Formats: sequence, C-alpha cells, structure tokens
Amino acid sequence: MYKYDEYDQQMVDTRVAEFRDQVRRRLAGDLTEEQFRPLRLQNGLYLQLHAYMLRVAVPYGTLNSAQMKVLGDIADKYDRGYGHFTTRQNIQYNWIKLEDTPDILADLAKVEMHAIQTSGNCIRNISSDQFAGAAADELIDPRPYAELLRQWSSFHPEFLTLPRKFKIAVIASDTDRAAMRLHDIGIKMVKNANPENGGGEIGAQFYAGGGMGRTPMIGPMIREFVPLDQLITYSEACLRVYNRYGRRDNKYKARIKILVHELGRDEYVRQVEEEFRHLLTQGIEPPLAELERIKPYFADPAFETSLSDDLDLSDPDFRLWVERNTHAHKQSGYVIATVSLKPVGGIPGDASADQIRLMAQLAKDYSFDELRVTHAQNIVFPHVKKADLYTLWQKLDDAALSTANLDTVGDIIACPGLDYCSLANARSIPVAQKISQRFGSPEKQAEIGELKLKISGCINACGHHHAGHIGILGVDRKGVENYQLLLGGSEGADTSLGKITGPGFDEDGIVDAVEKATQVYLSKKQDGERFLDTYRRIGMDPFKEAIYG
Amino acid sequence: MKILTGNDLKTGAVIWWTGVGWSLDVDNAADVGEHGAAVIAREEGAQNVFAAYVIDGEKTAEGVRPAHIKDRIRALGPTVRPDLTRKASDPEAVNWVI
Repeated sequence: MYKYDEYDQQMVDTRVAEFRDQVRRRLAGDLTEEQFRPLRLQNGLYLQLHAYMLRVAVPYGTLNSAQMKVLGDIADKYDRGYGHFTTRQNIQYNWIKLEDTPDILADLAKVEMHAIQTSGNCIRNISSDQFAGAAADELIDPRPYAELLRQWSSFHPEFLTLPRKFKIAVIASDTDRAAMRLHDIGIKMVKNANPENGGGEIGAQFYAGGGMGRTPMIGPMIREFVPLDQLITYSEACLRVYNRYGRRDNKYKARIKILVHELGRDEYVRQVEEEFRHLLTQGIEPPLAELERIKPYFADPAFETSLSDDLDLSDPDFRLWVERNTHAHKQSGYVIATVSLKPVGGIPGDASADQIRLMAQLAKDYSFDELRVTHAQNIVFPHVKKADLYTLWQKLDDAALSTANLDTVGDIIACPGLDYCSLANARSIPVAQKISQRFGSPEKQAEIGELKLKISGCINACGHHHAGHIGILGVDRKGVENYQLLLGGSEGADTSLGKITGPGFDEDGIVDAVEKATQVYLSKKQDGERFLDTYRRIGMDPFKEAIYG
Repeated sequence: MKILTGNDLKTGAVIWWTGVGWSLDVDNAADVGEHGAAVIAREEGAQNVFAAYVIDGEKTAEGVRPAHIKDRIRALGPTVRPDLTRKASDPEAVNWVI
C-alpha cells in the first residue's frame, strides 16, 4: 500500500502543529467558536449530539496493521473504547475531547493517517472497491488512480471552498462494490473500446452528478474514455465547471447533481469539454512517471503459487461463514474474507478497541498486513491463504467477529442516527437491531438470500436508504419518530433508487413492514431471483397490498 | 420550563445551566424563563460554554427532562449503549431515556 514520501509526511505533520496552535488559541479564548469552527472542521472535528466527533480518513478504505492498531488504541486512550466504521470507508469516534485532539492527530500522523478533508466543502476521502487488488473480476487495481486523485485533491487551493462537499469513487470492475454512480464523480477504470484510438489501453470512464441526500440522482456517464495522461486534467475540468456554476445561493441545491440536472447532462459535458480543452494547453497534468512511482506501492504481495484451493468445510458454522463472507481471489489458493460488523442485535459498524486491535493482528498474521474498510461498514482481509482460513475464522469467532450474514438482511447499513448525530430526526440503530433480531436465524437469512437493507435517520441519507433493496428513512413527525419504507434501490452496477411504499410506521411497525415485504418476495420469487429481481419483475403493488392491505 | 444547555469548551461535554454555573447533570438544570439569551451572551462571552441554546423542559418524577426526544438523548445518553448513559448499570436505558 502507499507509503508517505517526505512531502506527504511534512504536510501532515505541519497540519498537526498548526491545529495544535489553533486549539491552544481556542482554549485560551483567543479564537471564538465562530472563528474556530471552520478550522476544526477542516481537521475532521465535528460537534455532535454528545461531544466532539472526530472522523479519520481511510484513503480508499485501505489500512495496514499498524494503522488499524492505532485506531484501536485511540478508541481506548481518547474515546470510550470503541470506534464506528462509516459508509465513507472512514472511522469516527463519538466522545472526543477538544484538548486531546492535537495528540490524537499526532498519533495518527505517526502511522501516515490524518483527518484532513473529512469535513467541509472540499473533495472528501476518495472511496474505492474494498476488494481492489484482490478481486478475481477486476480489470486492474483501481487504487493507484485513487491515490493519484488523493494527492491532487489534498489541499488543492482551488477546491477547498467548493459550493458543497464533493465525493469521488474509483472502481475497476463491472461489479460495482463502491456505489460509484451515486457519487459526485464516479470513475470506472476501463479498456479503450475504440480500436482507432489505441484500442485496449487503460483509461477512465467518467460519471458525474450522482448522489443520495434529499435529492437522490444516478450520475450519467459524461465521458466514455479519458486517457491516463489526461486523468487529472479532466477531473480538474469537471470540478472547475462545478465550482464556477454550482448553486452557492442554496445549500440544498449546491451539490453537483443539481447543477448537472439543471444544466442537463449534455450542457454540463459541453462546458467540461470546453474547460478541458483549455486546461490541456496549461500543462497541469502530472507526468505519467508520478503514476508509475505510485503503482509499485500497490503491487501484489508475495503470493505463494501452486497452493491448493481445497477447504475442509466439515465444521457447519465455518462452512456457512465461508459461503456468506468470502469471495473469490484473483490468486489461486487465496480468498477474500469479510468480517461482518453486524452481529445479531448489534450496532452496525461499531467495533471495540480490542476487536480493532485483534483485526490488526490477524491482518498481520494472515492477510499480508492489509485490511479494508467497506462502505457497508464491514472489514475485509483481502489476501487470506485458504489453508489459513479456518484458523482465522476460529480467532474471529472467539472475538464475536464471525457473524455469517454478508449481503443478507442482517448485514444492515445504518447511520449513527439520533443516538449520536445532531442532524438526525430519528434513531437508526435500534431499528437495525430489531430487524437483525427478527431475521437473526441463519435459516431465515439463507431462505431470503441477498437483501441489502439500509437505514438513514434523516434525509441526508448517510445510511444510503435510497440504494437499499429495502430502504428505511427515519423522520420526525411532531416530535415522534416515524419510519418510511422504500423498495427497489440498488448501489451496484444495476444502480437504481428506491421508491417510498406509502405512509410511515413506528419503530415496531417498520420491522413488521420489512417482514411483510420479505414474505411477498418469498411467495412470488422465481428460480434464482433476489429480492430486488422479484421487486423489479412484479412491481410495487403486491408489496403495498401486503404491507398496507 | 425553559432550560439552557451547551457544550463544555475543553471536553465538548453536554452541560446544563444551573442558575449559578454549569453542570453535567440535567437534573440540576434551572428554569431560565425569559433570561436564556442574556445568560448565553454572558457565558459564551466568558468562554464558559459554547453552542448554547434554550430548550423546553419539564420537571418529572425522575428529574428535569428536555421536551424533545433529541434533547433527552443528548441529556441522558445513547439509547443503544446503556453503559454510556446516565444510569450505566441499567440495561433498559431505552425505557427511561426516551
């Protein structure tokens, strides 16, 4: 994985020193909260419902063991013994003290981490496929390109005060595991299909104007192919047009999705192409040598060859976990293993300091020192030798980390909701807990199969409810929590937005409604259909009838 | 009753105006009546609190409680982590927080 050079380290260390001084001035009364607020937000420090909350960036979700261990240590030393992995592949701490923050950032800097640009109207942490560099189905590893974009976007002076926050995802396989088309810019690494234009070369396909929030949009493709030696220039053009014409007059219309929608895709593309042509004359593209410098950091680890693909699946619990929580690796003899942070009745995305440190050690012992955070709030060991898989599973099982429910109804994405978030209107976590308990049995989950359920506690959609096969949105009805049900969303290659079924429910009512929806699916499904497939085939009416009938 | 809350500068902890100072315990919150804005101006100016605001509250058998669910969770702790609420030993936090 990427290693900081002297410039990276110096930038992060300088920022820590700068923020330490800003905190000192704030505590001394030399800065008002109004003056200090933008400074702390630039360092990922929010004020949430109970205390300060610190959001730490995990670039494209990739961590090494030393970094993961420090994340666990911070949870113990400065927080209340746990952290929360987020839908942006980051981690948040909910009980941070301002006076401790400079020391936390210094601890992070020692392992090449920071909290810069995890808040504010700038380009946020770049997300990617959690299986990057390991997946059997990927064209190439997307992370060198994500890293190049990270370097371009970090402290980019022109894009630190955009009309609104800006999120970029980079993938390189047809199976979209990063909700790419629901980002401000989505980039898919592809081979050039045009033989007249260097057919077969690697480049980037661009999508723009996707997003969730109060106005969900699926980003349209804006350019089929951008050559690698124009990747940054084209990105700059996309951002420049947005920065110039984004709706700064209205916070709720300030995201790029509104600009693309209001201009129309074709007009936005015309303006981007015009800016692109201009920028090509300015020579802003870094030399390809920089990309070549970055690539070796993401080279394959030293995989053993000629390993057996055999697995002893005689332990039924292990067998279930293998079936549910592992994916094919590009290297024979290896497998990708995902740790579900969704135990039955648990809090989605939360892990204790001990669990975080254990996963760090297990990555060191069994996954070439690497882990990934997924946007579904789980943790991945990307490179596990099949011969080690049972031992790894046993160690996870001892730490209550062996829940076998990936991509099932129990693997729920949920935002922190009203239990932690000052923006939330309703609690998300208790609903997730009740649903995971209702559908807790492995038999039930197996019967229902793949079902992605996502819960947000407000319209900002941090819980991705628009993209759930079943989505739940918590709202405030005169001081009482109410939950709307959505069906038919997807964040995959078949991206779609869920539709609201009808009137909302109370906390118990929404759990019943989810169960009724699954009963409709089970009674109507045809061979091989997922919940989403059945919904798309039969439409909303049978579900509404069952839920409200 | 009108009660006044904000955050402690150093720690960010939720605090409540008692009439003479600030407390971590919502039960000590005083009725500020119509004087909330003046208290906020004075106390924020003195750096004793930040992000302060006035909310509706009521005196109940259990103590002073904010009227809105969001402020009750803020005052008493997350409903999903009883160990982090004001009654850490009570596993049924959800029953009294909201």
